[in-house]
Amino acid sequence: MSFPWANEYKPGNGLTQWLDEKLPLPRFVYNAVGAGYPVPRNLNYMWNFGVLAGFCLVLQIVTGVVLAMHYAANAGVAFDSVEHIMRDVNWGWMLRYAHANGASAFFVVVYLHIFRGFFYSSYKAPREMIWLLGVVIFLLMMATAFMGYVLPWGQMSFWGAKVITGLFGAIPLIGVPIQEWLLGGFAPDNAALNRFFSLHFLLPFVIAGVIILHIWALHIPGSSNPTGVEVKTKSDTVPFHPYYTAKDGFGLGVFLLIYCAVLFFGPNALGHPDNYIPANPLSTPAHIVPEWYFWPFYAILRAFTSDFFFIPAKLMGVLAMFSAILVWFFLPWLDTSPVRSGHYRPLFRKFFYLLVIDILVLGYCGGAPAAEPFVMISQLASMYYFLHFLVILPLVSSIEKPEPLPFSITEAVLGKDESAVLNANPAAA
Amino acid sequence: MADEASIDTSVTTGEGVRRRDFINIAAVSFAGVGGAAVILPLVSQMAPSADVLAESSTEIDISAITPGQAIKAVFRKQPVFIRNLTPAEISAAEKVDVSSLRDPQTLEERTKEGKTNWLITMGVCTHLGCVPLGAGEGEVKGEFGGYFCPCHGSSYDTAARIRKGPAPKNLEVPTYEFSSDTVVKIG
Repeated sequence: MSFPWANEYKPGNGLTQWLDEKLPLPRFVYNAVGAGYPVPRNLNYMWNFGVLAGFCLVLQIVTGVVLAMHYAANAGVAFDSVEHIMRDVNWGWMLRYAHANGASAFFVVVYLHIFRGFFYSSYKAPREMIWLLGVVIFLLMMATAFMGYVLPWGQMSFWGAKVITGLFGAIPLIGVPIQEWLLGGFAPDNAALNRFFSLHFLLPFVIAGVIILHIWALHIPGSSNPTGVEVKTKSDTVPFHPYYTAKDGFGLGVFLLIYCAVLFFGPNALGHPDNYIPANPLSTPAHIVPEWYFWPFYAILRAFTSDFFFIPAKLMGVLAMFSAILVWFFLPWLDTSPVRSGHYRPLFRKFFYLLVIDILVLGYCGGAPAAEPFVMISQLASMYYFLHFLVILPLVSSIEKPEPLPFSITEAVLGKDESAVLNANPAAA
Repeated sequence: MADEASIDTSVTTGEGVRRRDFINIAAVSFAGVGGAAVILPLVSQMAPSADVLAESSTEIDISAITPGQAIKAVFRKQPVFIRNLTPAEISAAEKVDVSSLRDPQTLEERTKEGKTNWLITMGVCTHLGCVPLGAGEGEVKGEFGGYFCPCHGSSYDTAARIRKGPAPKNLEVPTYEFSSDTVVKIG
């Protein structure tokens, strides 16, 4: 599905002609991410992060498959095999650091991609399905990242596994049996490590599958754009290739500069020193925190310190943490304003920036020790988080007076120039 | 020919139950039950295996633990705290108004008759499973003199009952019995 003015694939020679008749793969790629996919001409750099996320997935799969050739998923030797990778395997140190920091990079670009969606309301009709699939991808990423962090079998790995599987123990009645079933034992051990490795290898390919659905769903209405005004005519679009392949290529270059700077000059900056201590089931590290990308959600988990009516504090924290992401599934129906872009929504825009600050505050508290004033701050910030999605967003949508929208993407780019109007309307030409 | 015509009647008129309907439903049901049965081993393989379950009891010599001391033992790959309470700690635990507790239990209910000084609990915080401090020499015991979990700040008293913080339950008392005056069998 595409706009009627999309370029048509024309096989260049006999071989591609032959291939196009048997398996039209080049045609598929041409229409998906080539010159056959017309894209709004006004996309800004916030639209780079989808491609960057895709790049990160490939980076993680390539480095991960290679690391799996040297890693041993056995509680007795897992830690040593990671040290073997770091010290003995040719380039092992670089591959492992590339994979560990690649996970952080993946989350950086995905968070920017998600916040792009928040600001430009990319989740609104007709693009709800793209958004829903995106949330599914994010949940799968979280599961994959968590299980990957367990594999080195250091102190943080072990206690991370214990705390996160302990979340399931909060479910009334069936919680503890579920926890033992997930771990294959009473505490994280060999059985848990093995299954986490198996699933950590599998899930990235599941993610790749859901990404295909995500892009498939994207190609039905086509990409959104910073004005939020739908494409009307050919002059509103440019072909994806070479225009956005070039722009994404530039973005990729900038991304790689930053990524390599961290990889080569601060490869442990985002990690925890405690994870270089082998797992010890009898001693919990003094300060256990998950990786930085889970901090906002971890802060919400820890915000519940006393029972809430008849719900125990522990269960409440777990429910709140999961709800913090599940609420995103309802976003297309919570934000009822017909205007998409935050550029034309003065009130929404202010609350968007407040939400960004709120999530940064939650992130900071999630990484801090579980003591005052951080507990109190996380409680207030968690409350605001849910208030934003469940109350503020629907309310703002109903009372806000949006600013006037441009007539078309072309007009937004070129102004109300005569030539722009002529280009915008082929019938007048 | 006459027989064939009578069979075809229901097919052509589209009325009543056809033999083919029965075959369709039977075949799909049979395949469905078979497919569902395959889920059982796939789910069950995730549960603790026989060798993990075989570690279900441990015998520990407690003769060397003097009053006020505690040790950390291992039961099912998880820490167990065995604590010899001092008379002061016992009276502190007994003085507490049980109805004011989050998980109301008396010290008597949490220990064996005549052995009130032996407090045997899992060393697993009931919040998210960290190992609380307080059993080792010189570790922080928290403001109620029992155990303190450094992860999220849960405090337990001298009967290992939850007094403060996010943990919902008292430290779990495992099934155990005294094999003799100096040996305790856990599990």
